[in-house]
Amino acid sequence: MRYAVLAVVLIGAATLGGCSEGVLDPKGPVAAAERLILFNSLGIMLAIVIPTILATLGVALWFRASNWRARYLPDFEYSGRLEMLVWSIPAMTVLLVGGVAWVGSHDLDPRKAIASTAKAVRVQVVSLDWKWLFIYPEQGIASVNQLTIPVGTPVSFELTSSGVMNSFFVPQLGGQIYTMAGMATRLHLQADHPGTYRGLSAQYSGDGFADMRFAVDAVPAEKFAQWVEATRTAGPVLDAQTYPDLAKPSKTVAPFTYRAVAPDLFTGIVNAGMQPRDPSSITHPMSQRAEQ
Amino acid sequence: MNLLGKLDWSVVPFDQPIVMFATALMVLTVVFVLGWTAFKGYVPYLWREWLTSVDHKRIGVMYIVLALIMLLRGFTDAIMMRAQQAVAAGGAQGYLPPEHFDQIFSAHGTIMIFFMAMPFVIGVMNFVVPLQLGVRDMAFPTLNSVALWLTASGILLTNVSLAVGEFAKTGWVAYPPLSELQFSPGVGVDYYLWALQISGVGTLMTGINFVATILKTRAPGMGYMRMPVFCWTALASNLLIVAAFPVLTATLAMLLLDRYLGFHFFSVDGQGNPMMYVNLFWVWGHPEVYILVLPAFGIFSEVIATFSSKPLFGYRSMVAATMVICVLSFLVWLHHFFTMGASADVNGFFGVMTMVIAVPTGVKVFNWLFTMYGGRVRFTVPVLWSIGFMVTFVIGGMTGVLMAVPPADFQLHNSLFLVAHFHNVIIGGVVFGLLAGFNYWFPKAFGFTLDERWGKRAFWCWFIGFYLAFMPLYVLGLLGMTRRMQHYDNVDWQPWLVLAAVGVAVILAGIVCQVVQLVVSIRDRAQLRDVTGDPWNGRTLEWSTASPPPAWNFALLPRVAERDTYWVRKKLAHAKDGPPTPPREYEPIEMPKNSATGFVTAFFAVVTGFALIWHIWWMAALGVFGAFVTLLVFAFRDREEFEMAADKIAQFDRGHQAEVAP
Repeated sequence: MRYAVLAVVLIGAATLGGCSEGVLDPKGPVAAAERLILFNSLGIMLAIVIPTILATLGVALWFRASNWRARYLPDFEYSGRLEMLVWSIPAMTVLLVGGVAWVGSHDLDPRKAIASTAKAVRVQVVSLDWKWLFIYPEQGIASVNQLTIPVGTPVSFELTSSGVMNSFFVPQLGGQIYTMAGMATRLHLQADHPGTYRGLSAQYSGDGFADMRFAVDAVPAEKFAQWVEATRTAGPVLDAQTYPDLAKPSKTVAPFTYRAVAPDLFTGIVNAGMQPRDPSSITHPMSQRAEQ
Repeated sequence: MNLLGKLDWSVVPFDQPIVMFATALMVLTVVFVLGWTAFKGYVPYLWREWLTSVDHKRIGVMYIVLALIMLLRGFTDAIMMRAQQAVAAGGAQGYLPPEHFDQIFSAHGTIMIFFMAMPFVIGVMNFVVPLQLGVRDMAFPTLNSVALWLTASGILLTNVSLAVGEFAKTGWVAYPPLSELQFSPGVGVDYYLWALQISGVGTLMTGINFVATILKTRAPGMGYMRMPVFCWTALASNLLIVAAFPVLTATLAMLLLDRYLGFHFFSVDGQGNPMMYVNLFWVWGHPEVYILVLPAFGIFSEVIATFSSKPLFGYRSMVAATMVICVLSFLVWLHHFFTMGASADVNGFFGVMTMVIAVPTGVKVFNWLFTMYGGRVRFTVPVLWSIGFMVTFVIGGMTGVLMAVPPADFQLHNSLFLVAHFHNVIIGGVVFGLLAGFNYWFPKAFGFTLDERWGKRAFWCWFIGFYLAFMPLYVLGLLGMTRRMQHYDNVDWQPWLVLAAVGVAVILAGIVCQVVQLVVSIRDRAQLRDVTGDPWNGRTLEWSTASPPPAWNFALLPRVAERDTYWVRKKLAHAKDGPPTPPREYEPIEMPKNSATGFVTAFFAVVTGFALIWHIWWMAALGVFGAFVTLLVFAFRDREEFEMAADKIAQFDRGHQAEVAP
């Protein structure tokens, strides 16, 4: 049994060490800081948890009924000093980890901009059934199920949803944030190494959820500029007329881009939920969803 | 207007062989059991002695039977999910389409929390608490029966959804807007909502009943600081039920108004706010965790003290820790959605509060450790479960605190790491505790002990299976796999999911051993018979009466002058110069009469729930009317009690005393 656990732990450590694309293989400052916090908290707690497990097993085995060398203390039920110890050990551990939590949640507040000399790239994210729309307001372009960002530059995300809640998550770049209809959340991430990273929805959102994936291409700045130029030359236009088509439920949509985007589209999507109920304005009529 | 609402033959999924097979199996089992009962002529006995019983012991046993059946149902869902994820890698879609897979994980969560863990916990409390308090029944025996049958109604509706219509495809939390009519137009969410509303009323009744029982009807002399720790944890748990379940009921009622009457509490349009649901759901949901785990802590406290032949170490600390957890559990709900985008101060506050709960929990672990210290630990089946729990639970607690650190949670939220964490505390804490309690109190309920060998086999299979099934999920979470994926493209995940599926197979072996243990023990009940009523050399009052206890529990109400009163009494009796036993003088006892109110009310509740799910309005009205008439009939009853004659009690008690005497 013990060996089985040990084997699992060892295999796990080997796989994670060599690492394949998880949260333990960060490619940006946010993910790296979050991993450090994870390790620090884990370290602090293991210092208590491992001795506790060993002590539990040790005490239980030593004081087994058949061991006559163990002293039987039938009235040992209270000790002020031990009680003191018993309350203070977890309290001190929690004081440490609590400090990590408090400082960490301020340092790594998703709303906080990443300090950098480079000017942040703005991306507006909309989760749709069941695909991702990325709008680049400064460049006036948009892409679906494909996020291209420049390396070494902070990316400032504003996120919302067309309807059902999702969670925008690129494990190797940093933590996730919910996308919610009628609300805009903020997130700041940065990729330090060029590469393609997996992005996904971490919040279950219905039948097409498993395919709500996107690739994040982190490319050097000049390549990013080239990509923006290339995108501007081809593809459809995204505006209030074409958006409802895109918003219709669909699964496994191949990535594509829009050469132009109406400037206030994102604000319009966020505010859609604030309108009084009007059946014709519902972005996905029930029947379409039901067809899925 | 259609007389049958939305109901017609098309709602039965004839085209889905897996569903139809499961339905056929379920229907055949029910028909076989009912047929066998009728054929053997057991129906009058069942009706008289069980279905209409208001005896807390019988009700407790029935709760546990329900829980065990639903454990099998929920576990079948688990096997299907693990099998699906073990094969659906790369381009493969597995054998379950999304609309079926989504129902399975939603049903698994709903069933395991509401219809397995809750009835099991309530069943154990029902059986044990009045006996430990040294009283003859719950404060409101008929209410207890109504609560049981309302829970059974919710269970029945959930199982009907398998054959008629569908279950929710929203996950067990049913977050809007996904669970709103706009995105879930089917009846699945309605099944979920009405099943929980009906059983939720039952749970609230139970909560009120236990709080009243524990606060007002203890044996003479049993002050609060002399109550067994299990009763304290039961009190804390039921205070939480009374405080938290109305929140769930109100929240689900608002969602029902959205779905049925076009309100927009949580809709995306009309200025609804879905996050309000999420907040309210977890205002109930986090205390719910402690509703389940506190009684389990109580069971471990009893088991470890009894089998160490020592009093519980730090009784006052344990009581304080229990009550601190009880209060703090209402201050941590936001840690279920740190990723909502709240400010750093809010996230920081809830993160720290969550960790503060770990302090009293840690205290409990250390106190169990010191209870074993200096003891004579007998490695019986309940003790194995307890030690397995202590080892497993600290790991689950640790990963919980890890996720209470908001930046770490941003990475781990909704991942399989989270799934591993809560199974680690729910299986390692609640289920291990309940199985410890099952083995511990079984001889009290039925008069014979459970087979040790099969019990130990069950434990080891569960224990090893648990680690095999859930440690890989921790790894997968760190590899970036989120929960509820019907298929995935990252083939690196597959070996871990295959390993997890193997783990589930080992747990299945554990469940099989558990069933075999029961069968073998019933077969060998003559050898396993315990005539003393005290097979473990127990410390608390339930062991001072016969096994199984008579309907009146105690022929003479015990007088309590100290903690662990039965232990002290036994010690004094052994001492040569102990006080002479006073002669036992018997008096007639007023006993509550059996009542069909619970069963009949539940019948009408099922009718109402089913009618509302399918929009059959006339039938819903009929159901409500029927339930109301049942209440009236009960309210205007002439006699609620009968007198148990003194000589009958005397005869039973003298017989028991004669058996116990060496």
